[in-house]
Amino acid sequence: MATTQVNPTRMELTRLKKKLATAVRGHKLLKDKRDELMRQFLDLVRENMELRQKVEAGIKEANKNFVIAKAGMSEQELHAALMAPKQEVYLETKKKNIMSVDIPVFEYKTRTADENDIYSYGFAFTSSDLDGAVKSLSDKLPDMLRLAEIEKSCQLMASEIEKTRRRVNALEHVIIPETQNNIKYITMKLDENERSTQIRLMKVKDMMLEETHHYKERMLNGEA
Amino acid sequence: MYKIAVIGDYDSIYGFAALGLDTFPVSRLEEAEKTFLKLVSSEYAVIYITEALAEKLERIIAKYKEQLMPSIILIPGISGNTGKGVEGVKKSVEQAVGSDILFSN
Repeated sequence: MATTQVNPTRMELTRLKKKLATAVRGHKLLKDKRDELMRQFLDLVRENMELRQKVEAGIKEANKNFVIAKAGMSEQELHAALMAPKQEVYLETKKKNIMSVDIPVFEYKTRTADENDIYSYGFAFTSSDLDGAVKSLSDKLPDMLRLAEIEKSCQLMASEIEKTRRRVNALEHVIIPETQNNIKYITMKLDENERSTQIRLMKVKDMMLEETHHYKERMLNGEA
Repeated sequence: MYKIAVIGDYDSIYGFAALGLDTFPVSRLEEAEKTFLKLVSSEYAVIYITEALAEKLERIIAKYKEQLMPSIILIPGISGNTGKGVEGVKKSVEQAVGSDILFSN
């Protein structure tokens, strides 16, 4: 079923054959890309899930600690204690390329050299529970950053896989069969034209012979 | 040099200030929207957002899903885990594979 109008010419046939070769090659390459992306994605997403559960549990724990700390001191004191943070975290970002997908890589730096320098308050007016709470949250920071990196990578890869899958399917189920059909149609049409020319030539030859030798007349006269 | 932001209700995020992350406590929705849009267009590479707030800003967050920066990560708030973050991971699997074959049980 050739839905689109194609010219049954030799030039068109060569063009379509080239197109088919490119499509088949592209299909193979994209399929390989999809498979490899999928493999890497599945590894990554498993790690993502594990890490997320770990981080969520950690934050829940830390939140609990903060509630306890809050219970032990007045709200104003708590606000004041955390108002001016001592530590600052900076991120250095790089790009990594996995199968043509750019994924981020984070490296983090803290302003003060000592990573444990996180207590932005004097110890005199705060409860020790607050120290524990801040520490428990701080322990989770590397995991949280790794989660940010991995989860973003998963999102980016998922959308790339979806795109690649669509392309593979379009090539496999639409472009390639359609081109093959068109090629078949042109070949048939050309063959048909060939045959029709052949027959016409034979007919013309017959007519010309008849004109010169007058076979029919001679047959009627009983000569042959 | 990029920084890290945390956005959500005050009670859920004040602890992060001690670690050196920039916290942006918000209470009203319009305010949250405004703050969020400001954050994504400035120098933040990672934005942690509480699940409760993310649910309300879902439409805006979806726009940044396919961009390299910033990476927007859901964290549970003080009121508990809504499962929205895990759902996000499942969604990516679904998008990539077609159906959730890994964590469906």
